[in-house]
Amino acid sequence: MRHALLLGLAAAVAAGVPWTQASAQMDDPVAAEFDKFREVLEKDNPAELWEVKGEQLWTTPGGPKKASLEKCDLGLGPGVVKGAYAQMPRYFADVDRVMDAEARIVHCMITLQGYELDKLDDKPFSSATHTPDPVSITTYVAAQSAGMKLAPPQNHPKEKAAYAIGKEIFHYRAGSYDFSCASCHGVDGQRIRTQPLPNFTKPEQAIRSVQGWPGYRMTGGVMHTLQWRLTDCYRQQRFPEPGYTSETLSALLTYLTVNASGQVYKGPGIKR
Amino acid sequence: MADPMKIRATLQGDVADVRVLMAHPMETGQRKQGGQVVPLHFIQSITATLNGKQVFSADISQAISRNPVFAFKVKGAKAGDEIAVTWKDNKGETRTDKTTVRGGS
Repeated sequence: MRHALLLGLAAAVAAGVPWTQASAQMDDPVAAEFDKFREVLEKDNPAELWEVKGEQLWTTPGGPKKASLEKCDLGLGPGVVKGAYAQMPRYFADVDRVMDAEARIVHCMITLQGYELDKLDDKPFSSATHTPDPVSITTYVAAQSAGMKLAPPQNHPKEKAAYAIGKEIFHYRAGSYDFSCASCHGVDGQRIRTQPLPNFTKPEQAIRSVQGWPGYRMTGGVMHTLQWRLTDCYRQQRFPEPGYTSETLSALLTYLTVNASGQVYKGPGIKR
Repeated sequence: MADPMKIRATLQGDVADVRVLMAHPMETGQRKQGGQVVPLHFIQSITATLNGKQVFSADISQAISRNPVFAFKVKGAKAGDEIAVTWKDNKGETRTDKTTVRGGS
């Protein structure tokens, strides 16, 4: 009886999940159920509420300088938002470093709008009752790359260096658990409780580090970006917290995004 | 001020499929933060109009999730018609957003 039920479940799941989600995890009925769950929820994703808010924040003059962000250069020229998220992290000559999307947005809020970093990074992450502006803006910017292929450039020496540094950090074991990112995300077929863990060192699975972010977490109803996700990974590893929009996080994001290069980004997502 | 809603109204034949996302904390009055109960704060009523004529109304409770989604169908809608949705919460706060019905498949 039990076997029959399980088989029925697996068959229903196989029919419901598009082939693009096919992966090593496909044969796992639990993982496939989660994929189905996400697919259903993606249709009315509350993340869109932050897209709307982020767009307002992008176009409306704000900050001490009463300027909008429409002159912000996300790498494709001042004010060009479409496709920018899919081509970041990238090197920016004006700051002589590699920046991921949120780091660049925060940089623009500082230089164009006159905000102070101290205030923006005081409480940079969302809570149930408050979503910081950079999170909303990042969600808006990310949505303008929905359906595009990830293409973070690897031309400038600093972009290559960021990849190498990110790779190093990913595999660096430390802390009270003698842990690294790779301990969980560098091996095939691992899981934490029911949650299957993708192997980010493999191109076909690396997309899962980018896909669905920025994401709406149903637990608590909170909008989060990759800056939060990676910072929380540090906490889970019992590492000291990395700096908000730091080069450390940009380097890690470079490593992860370049590994997922060429795969289609679906825009802001939804998480359990 | 309350954040905007996101409303989508797509025609399927002469029926408009309306989907509304609302930004609202929907506090149940049971959650505590720092030892203090977070006061009850939830949407009580929702109404929708098609070109000004009411076509939908609902009374809801605090059992509905934060940032809720509502979907309903409106018969006899045409492309270009205006759908307006209004919610009102227990603190008397209210918000109205509008959209235009789009032709679908």
